[in-house]
Amino acid sequence: MSTRDLFALLPLLLIAVSAVLVMLAIALKRDPGLAAGLTLTGLTAAFLSIWAAAGVIPRQVTSLLLVDKYALFYMGLIIASAAVAVSLAWQYFEKHDEQREELYLLLLLAALGCAVLVAGSHFVSFLLGLELLSVSLYGMVAYLTDRRPALEAGMKYLILASASAAFLLFGMALIYAATGTMEFSRLREVPLSGSPFIVLSGIALTLTGIGFKLGVVPFHLWTPDVYQGASPPVAAFVATTSKSAMVALLLRYFYLSGALRNHAVFLVVATIAVLSMCAGNFLALRQTNVKRILAYSSIAHFGYILVAFLAGSAMAAGAVAFYLVAYTVTILASFGVVSVLSRSGQDVEDLEDYSGLFWRRPAIAGVFTVALLSLAGIPATMGFLGKFYILAAGANAAAWLLIVVLVLTSVAGLFYYLRIVVALFADPPEHAAATEVVSHGGVLVLALLAMLLIWLGVYPSPLLNLIRSSLAGLN
Amino acid sequence: MILIWLLVILFAAGILAEIAARWDALLSRLIALTAIGVDFVLTAGLWSVKASAQQKWIEEVDWNWIPGFGIHFHLAVDGLSLLMLMLTFFLGIVSVLTSWTEIRERVGFFHFNLLWVLTGIAGVFLAVDLFLFYFAWELMLVPMYFLIVIWGHERRVYAAVKFFLFTQCSGLLMLIAILALYFIHHQVTGIYTFEYSELLGTHLSPGVELWIMLGFFAAFAVKLPAVPLHTWLPDAHTQAPTAGSVILAGLLLKTGAYGLIRFVVPLFPHAAHQFTPVALILAVTGIVYGAVMAYSQTDFKRLVAYTSVSHLGFVLLGIFSWNQLALQGAVITMICHGLSTGGMFVLVGGLQERLHTRDLERMGGLWSAVPRLSGAVLFFSMASLGLPGIGDFVGEFLVLLGSYRISVPVTVVASIGILTSTFYALRIAQRAFQGPNPHPWRLSDLTPREGVMVAAMIAGLLWLGLYPQPVLNTFQPALQNLQHAESTTTAAVRR
Repeated sequence: MSTRDLFALLPLLLIAVSAVLVMLAIALKRDPGLAAGLTLTGLTAAFLSIWAAAGVIPRQVTSLLLVDKYALFYMGLIIASAAVAVSLAWQYFEKHDEQREELYLLLLLAALGCAVLVAGSHFVSFLLGLELLSVSLYGMVAYLTDRRPALEAGMKYLILASASAAFLLFGMALIYAATGTMEFSRLREVPLSGSPFIVLSGIALTLTGIGFKLGVVPFHLWTPDVYQGASPPVAAFVATTSKSAMVALLLRYFYLSGALRNHAVFLVVATIAVLSMCAGNFLALRQTNVKRILAYSSIAHFGYILVAFLAGSAMAAGAVAFYLVAYTVTILASFGVVSVLSRSGQDVEDLEDYSGLFWRRPAIAGVFTVALLSLAGIPATMGFLGKFYILAAGANAAAWLLIVVLVLTSVAGLFYYLRIVVALFADPPEHAAATEVVSHGGVLVLALLAMLLIWLGVYPSPLLNLIRSSLAGLN
Repeated sequence: MILIWLLVILFAAGILAEIAARWDALLSRLIALTAIGVDFVLTAGLWSVKASAQQKWIEEVDWNWIPGFGIHFHLAVDGLSLLMLMLTFFLGIVSVLTSWTEIRERVGFFHFNLLWVLTGIAGVFLAVDLFLFYFAWELMLVPMYFLIVIWGHERRVYAAVKFFLFTQCSGLLMLIAILALYFIHHQVTGIYTFEYSELLGTHLSPGVELWIMLGFFAAFAVKLPAVPLHTWLPDAHTQAPTAGSVILAGLLLKTGAYGLIRFVVPLFPHAAHQFTPVALILAVTGIVYGAVMAYSQTDFKRLVAYTSVSHLGFVLLGIFSWNQLALQGAVITMICHGLSTGGMFVLVGGLQERLHTRDLERMGGLWSAVPRLSGAVLFFSMASLGLPGIGDFVGEFLVLLGSYRISVPVTVVASIGILTSTFYALRIAQRAFQGPNPHPWRLSDLTPREGVMVAAMIAGLLWLGLYPQPVLNTFQPALQNLQHAESTTTAAVRR
């Protein structure tokens, strides 16, 4: 392995090193501030090292990892969202009696797993990254051991994730048996018509594993429970970082292997997309728990992303990337609001708790409103441009049915976002006083996220150019 | 540059008004009033200086916005949009004034939303890049939604959500249509652009053209509203605060009509011609249905809301009659309806503030209690029933003249609609203002503030009714340009 290889892997190495450092620091002195500070420093260093890595790309490091602009773009997204999750976690656990430093350790390992996934070009790196991510997430989801819902969520996630990993492994084995290769790019050379059944079963089974992580229908059952049970910062991490990594991998896997050219595969993914959009949006209508609403909405949003994914052009990959960034920022802001408002021992998650929030805490409610409008795809937010991009990609590929379903279900989606907005602006209940303990740091993070949502929603050109250049090597 | 300023002033004043209200509510009102006033003066200046200009756009600004998609920040104004802007700012001033005593809570946020909804509406009238148009189109929804949901009446949440869902759903269909047009244009010419003037004359196959046209039509028909898609309107108009009703009826409905004239007809003349029978049936159904429904209402605001459905039916009729006469009538009706219905809502709002009810059954004999207010209502009722000498008459008369040329039965039915409007207008006068006064009401008559607003609107209506020529001259070149564009598109399709 040459120095250039090491340079290419610098972001991964730095995350790994900071995980070790955090572990040592915990062993020496239990100080949550120190652990969080080290984690943030490590993530910042890893983020900066992307520019160092950018000097030596594209580079295939062993046959497992392919570090190119695409991988680096997604690494940037992952590291940034992980850093936001860390800062949210820090102020969230501050309110709890006990600060537990190991969360940051797990979070770093999970981020490392995500970074491996986005650079993965081989089934082995796929599995390695996935397991690194999953195992850390079990711990993170069930982290507040004094809460029953958290334990339940952790257990559910553990069992379902293990099962899906088994499916995934079996799928990989089938593909390997039929084709004799585990590299995505060499799968392309295998004619799908040769031994279609085995290869198709393999693809279907790997899709199961991926679909589970994305939480799309019919693999979505864990999503609401985990989002509800986990603490908000962890839920934000699960919803954004881990899912972005999975989408990045899905895109690379399917585009490099050319699996979408197969009609049956296309049909299956299209069905998943339609079901996710419908189920996510319609099931959210009856929820009164904000975290569960966000969970169902995330099912729908990954349905939208799959629509762009299916369009299968350079434009489509751009739409996926842009939508992911928009979704990440928006969901971080939303869960950030839940996290910032939460009191010790109890999350503020009931719709009623948000009644009249705007008149008590205009800044936080304003951020939440912007985030909800972005989720609903209203102009001047990133969410709108993301939806526009997806619709454009779909229209470009003439996938009319899919985009009409997208439009109709997203109108249903509007309904429950508006319910939250209505609550935010309702007349405050009589006894209402600002009972929420709010840290200034938390508000600052939220304000930055909201500004990003609007800024990139109005002036997206820099991000668009970045995405375009990062996709150059994908096809 | 002046066009940018129009938007920036409103936008910035919105933020200022919100901040200022923390110290003094009055300051917030004054900021809003000044900002809209400055915009009004600027637009009026533009009109007086360049109204006679013969070039395509009187004034324009074109900036690159998102080059990756070929999106421009392109604002332009011709006679038609100029008049719409004048109406926007005029009714904007009216909305601020009419809320002066009605809105006492959360004054800052109210004016924030009011100014931003005006920004969005002005953006709709100014945008000639289809992406920008859609952007403004959707953007004006959000503040309007807040106006209804926070300051509205009893069933405000229901009304606001319904309004939002209807317009958003139809808007997204339009977005798909815009994108389809965008990609087809790219296939034909190799250029990615949302620019209005370049998309004109895009070669579309007839089937595709019809579908894309329907996407646009859906969005505009909901806003207009055309009859089966109108159900959001009575709720939203009734539940909104007075200023919200004025803006909804006076401006938001006009954006639908404006969209039809500006986009549907020139971009898809062929499909629109094909669609004419359906549109005409929708139009007369709206005229008659709106009038009949208005007659049977007991809620005063709801009554006025239904008259909008009826009047906007005339606009639809005028647009799809395919001659200049009817189109002129449609534009005049748009302006007059803005003034007369706006005035009516101001007065109904005033009545509600005094009586705390909108129920016509509970009114009666008000003439003796509030003579000036009653007289004003009578004037606007007469405008609504199409009394000669008032602007509405000119508009509807021109529309009927034009529509007579393409379909006599449709014109006959539409005239019956006018007849029905006599019933509801007289019913208003009789129910509320004549007869015995069951309550010994002692009410204050029109305040000077209300008096000035109402007088200005009455003056406008009389001017349009007696001497509409300057207004006709202003939008005439614009309409001719649109017709020219329409014929070039038709020619391009034939080729």
